[in-house]
Amino acid sequence: MAKVKVKEKPVKKKQTLGMKILSVIFTIISIFYVIPVFVVLMDSFKTNAGISKSPFAFPTSETFSGLDSYITGMFYGNFPFWRTILCSFFITICGVVLILLCTSMCAWYLNRSNSIVCKIIYYFCIFSMVVPFQMVMFTLSKTADNLHLTTPWGILIIYLGFGAGLAVFMFSGFVKSIPIEIEEAADVDGAGPLKTFFGIVLPIMKPTFISVAILETMWIWNDYLLPYLILDKSYRTIPIHIQYLNGSYGHSDTSAIMALIVLSIIPIVIFYFACQKYIIEGVVAGAVKG
Amino acid sequence: MFKKPKRKLYFLIFVLPTLAAFMIGFVYPFFQGIYLSFCKFRTTSDATFIGFDNYVKAFQNEGFLRAFWFTALFVIVSVILINVIAFAVAYVLTLGIRGSNIFRTVFFMPNLIGGIILGYIWQLIFNGILMNFDSNIALNATFGFWGLIILMCWQQAGYMMIIYIAGFQSVPADLYEAARIDGAGKGQLLRNVTLPMMMPSITICTFLTLTNSFKLFDQNLALTGGAPGVVSSSGSMIYQTEMLALNIYNTFYKNQNSRGVGQAEGVIFFLVVVVIALAQLYFTRKREVQQ
Repeated sequence: MAKVKVKEKPVKKKQTLGMKILSVIFTIISIFYVIPVFVVLMDSFKTNAGISKSPFAFPTSETFSGLDSYITGMFYGNFPFWRTILCSFFITICGVVLILLCTSMCAWYLNRSNSIVCKIIYYFCIFSMVVPFQMVMFTLSKTADNLHLTTPWGILIIYLGFGAGLAVFMFSGFVKSIPIEIEEAADVDGAGPLKTFFGIVLPIMKPTFISVAILETMWIWNDYLLPYLILDKSYRTIPIHIQYLNGSYGHSDTSAIMALIVLSIIPIVIFYFACQKYIIEGVVAGAVKG
Repeated sequence: MFKKPKRKLYFLIFVLPTLAAFMIGFVYPFFQGIYLSFCKFRTTSDATFIGFDNYVKAFQNEGFLRAFWFTALFVIVSVILINVIAFAVAYVLTLGIRGSNIFRTVFFMPNLIGGIILGYIWQLIFNGILMNFDSNIALNATFGFWGLIILMCWQQAGYMMIIYIAGFQSVPADLYEAARIDGAGKGQLLRNVTLPMMMPSITICTFLTLTNSFKLFDQNLALTGGAPGVVSSSGSMIYQTEMLALNIYNTFYKNQNSRGVGQAEGVIFFLVVVVIALAQLYFTRKREVQQ
């Protein structure tokens, strides 16, 4: 497939009547699209009674609870939510950095070396992308237990292993398109593989770095089952925390949960608006290669 | 690039970290998982080999079979709906209507929110609506099914839309011009130029939606959790909206004695995903036009 990029159209087209009508229809659909998130935001400022009576109504003087639900939410249960947020940030950022560094080096070596071992590793990486998590969840969590990888530090290794497939695949796709002559020239000039990689290959790979970083960030930040099974019970990520609060269906503090949902969406929204261009490019790049 | 004397050293530096993690995180659990599916076990250390018993039991497990058909139906409906919606939206957004970028931003947004959180957001919305009819999403399997479909469309359509937009923009403009000169109308352009040129994007999107829907877990757990449960004629509890991934998870962790069966179901699940993915890739790749 040809190389694809999402580009803004610079030329303003003349708006025909049909296009104007479509604009209006899409505006209405867009409003409906964001309503669910908006309702949650609204409900996070209401009392529990207010939510269960009429979840879609604006807060009134009776049902308005101000920031109460945020304050209880932050300290709900035995685990304060701020610790959860820190844990999520730590795992996501460190995990993505580790994946980027290790798999880019790995992918480069695998492609530049023609040994049969490298080929086998490469195909195994691709194969790992199809395997559903449920098939390995039990054995993986037991392996992690045995090796004491149940801390936020240890889980990084699991993420590197389980996320290696997609990352190696995407980096390999890019490495194949880099002309080998550049590296050979560096080699003639006396730069060893390490210098060649960090000085020449890594800067060229920047767009792929961003794509992989985006895809892996979206995965790790939102992942539920893997950290739930592997992490020691004294650590939580945001999805685990939310699921835990809802565990006792019907008996939970709805308003506090809404507040926590809002709090956990805020970083995503900031991330989205800060790097929207890269996110969309990353998605397209991931899809084309996948 | 890598010369003989130092080759091994560089292999250690470049490949070993990833390879070691890959062994721990994937290769070892994968093969151990296959082995354990032929065993009776509670933990990994007390496994005794029993042959194909687990597989036989898995195929007799009503809950598993029910989950299988529920998932199959869900996959068919969601794949068709998501792709049709995403294709149509992408088509409109490439026409150059005013506000296209804002619409694109809005439609893509739900993808960044995790499955668990999405599930609870929609639980609030559905229960808020169903409240007026004295019902609840956990009470009725039909509501649960369509609830999951709506959730999936809401989340995935934006992602697929992005891929389709990229596809539309990669169709060379001179192809349209040539067709227009030959006297093709708008419908003919779409059918004879756009669709064939879009086949790579369609392959990718059906593949992604297919595997995503098939492996769906978080949204299922958060939105319905499998409810409602109905006691079947043989006396076992059947969860009406439980999909495969959730069913396997519950077989594993709700009853320690059925772990072997759970592992066997996991292997079956894996095989089904592989077969579907390969078949789907084969059939759509055949229809792609050489570019």
